[in-house]
Amino acid sequence: MNDFAVDVKSLVKEFGKTRVVDDVALQIPKGQVWGFLGPNGSGKTTTIRMLCGLLTPTQGSGTCLGLDIITEAEKIKLQTGYMTQKFSFWEDLSIRENLDFVSRMYNLPNRKAKVDDVIARLDLTQRQHQLAGDLSGGWKQRLALAAVTMHNPKLLLLDEPTAGVDPKARREFWDQIHELTNQGITILVSTHYMDEAERCDQIAYLAHGKLITQGTVRDVIAASNLTTYVSINKGVRQFASALKAEDDIENVSYFGAALHISSTNTVAIENVIKRAPFDSLDWQKITPSLEDVFISLMTSVGNDKRDYQ
Amino acid sequence: MNSLFRIWAILSKEMIQMRRDRMTFAMMVGVPIMQLILFGFAINNDPKGLPTAVFIEAPDQHSRTIVEGFKLSEYFDVVTAVSNYQQADDLFLKGEITFLLVIPADFTKKLVRQEMPQLLISADASDPAASSNAIAKASVIVSKALNHDFVGSLNFLKSTKPNVDVIIHPKYNPQGITQYNIVPGLLGVILTMTSVMITSMAMTREREKGNLENILAMPVKPFEVMVGKIAPYVLIGLIQTAIILSAASFLFEVPFLGSFMILNSAILIFLLANLCLGFTFSTIATTQMQAMQMTFFFFLPSLLLSGFMFPFRGMPQWAQLIGEMLPLTHFLRIVRGVMLKAADFSHLANEFYALIGFIVLIGIVAIARYRTTLD
Repeated sequence: MNDFAVDVKSLVKEFGKTRVVDDVALQIPKGQVWGFLGPNGSGKTTTIRMLCGLLTPTQGSGTCLGLDIITEAEKIKLQTGYMTQKFSFWEDLSIRENLDFVSRMYNLPNRKAKVDDVIARLDLTQRQHQLAGDLSGGWKQRLALAAVTMHNPKLLLLDEPTAGVDPKARREFWDQIHELTNQGITILVSTHYMDEAERCDQIAYLAHGKLITQGTVRDVIAASNLTTYVSINKGVRQFASALKAEDDIENVSYFGAALHISSTNTVAIENVIKRAPFDSLDWQKITPSLEDVFISLMTSVGNDKRDYQ
Repeated sequence: MNSLFRIWAILSKEMIQMRRDRMTFAMMVGVPIMQLILFGFAINNDPKGLPTAVFIEAPDQHSRTIVEGFKLSEYFDVVTAVSNYQQADDLFLKGEITFLLVIPADFTKKLVRQEMPQLLISADASDPAASSNAIAKASVIVSKALNHDFVGSLNFLKSTKPNVDVIIHPKYNPQGITQYNIVPGLLGVILTMTSVMITSMAMTREREKGNLENILAMPVKPFEVMVGKIAPYVLIGLIQTAIILSAASFLFEVPFLGSFMILNSAILIFLLANLCLGFTFSTIATTQMQAMQMTFFFFLPSLLLSGFMFPFRGMPQWAQLIGEMLPLTHFLRIVRGVMLKAADFSHLANEFYALIGFIVLIGIVAIARYRTTLD
């Protein structure tokens, strides 16, 4: 046994000729929340599925909770909760029936009391006989989280759990996530939201199947060597395309009324903003946001060169 | 004008989707071809070459001539000779013969004396359609054959009037009531249709609705999923059986001569065979639509080649071979054997073995096809 809940290396998954996950290594210490980021199609879901035994890696090896992901997938499933990207509970079963089913599958003791308890905690006692399919997106997500944690898993894999969920429900969801980690559960959660990434102990960023960077938010920002300037002058947006045309500026992005420009070359970016016409604006150096870093990472990784067949 | 553009837009989208859905496309081409072959070649409402046993009490020239005449006829296929009635009965109960031709010992003596000797043809009339045409032709075959013998000193026997009394003894369904054959058969047909169809949806529905990923993420084994999915439908199958058997008894007054136990075990085994097959379909099909199509593709030959709608023995050899691979064929022999002929297990053992063999084979395919991963 080691102190990592997830410890995998050189994970590769190919579908036909397409290398969806390419040489991914992850070491997630127990009790932490890790954010899994990266553009759509970068291999996040595939990696998560390999961790919980839903897909067999083409190459690579590793352990989840000290169990081999290839030979001991069945045992991993007993101690892992996996929340799928798309709601995968039974829409034609009621809330209670879904929870009953899950607790029977894991052969949980005191099933009735357990289900009662979960329903009460979800505050769904009044609606327990409603079909799961009739629930709104936010409620479905809460139900799913409750269902995948019923068997007290030690590892939770959440695949974009908050996609399409309103801000209040998202906040409550994250409160629950932190509560779970306080109980010692390790969580890997994939997301597209930067504010969620910032709530994680560490993040891992995947692009085109490759792990590009990982670490705490601060580490990732520092490691990017990015210099970012912001301007909030009125009419700053008119300069955007001219700034984009500058070779020395790696990315230009709108943040509300403000414009962020970033580059890994500090001298070059400072030369640009001292030049006309950009010198007419007021520029302020800031610590790059996670979003700046990711956009810069995506730009530097370039286009997807994988073979799709 | 704009309407035309929109029609064209829908039409071309439909064409693209049709081309993508290979299964539907294959069905649209495959089903007509299958129907053409089955209805065109396999099915015969005037069944010929029906298996016949002969029992000759005292072999001589005339009995040989008659047997020869039967052999040459298209309707009777003399497959074996028996030396007593017991042997013949066993063959009837096993369903291996449709006719028994008995030539009594005093046949030749009476023939020469012009005493209208009797010739007995026992027929398995449980399927009236199968035997009626052959029976109608029997007298003609006998007199035609004997006319060859009536030369020289026997020339005086040559006559246009029949000189032999062919007695037909229809066994098992003497009045030739079609329902006696159809209603027990219907039990097999209904069980096939519903159980294959329902279970073929079993995994496909989970997949289509996105629940499969959830099931796979839970610690459950293929065998457990399969048994759990199939078991409820065994119960439904038994309810259907109760309904059909009650109707057979009270509504159609079909006799029930055999053992209820044998029939019940056969029903259970037959149900399992169909449910396993349905489950296997559901591991292969990716959509519920495909599962339906596969069910239909299986159901059509089951209906036509099993002996339900058309006499099994009247079909060409290749069609019988396909028929032998279908569970319904074997079940029909059991259900008709038990209900109409009071056949016991020793006569039906082969049919039971065939059904069990089918379950084992399909069960292995189902477990092998079931994926515990999404690969």
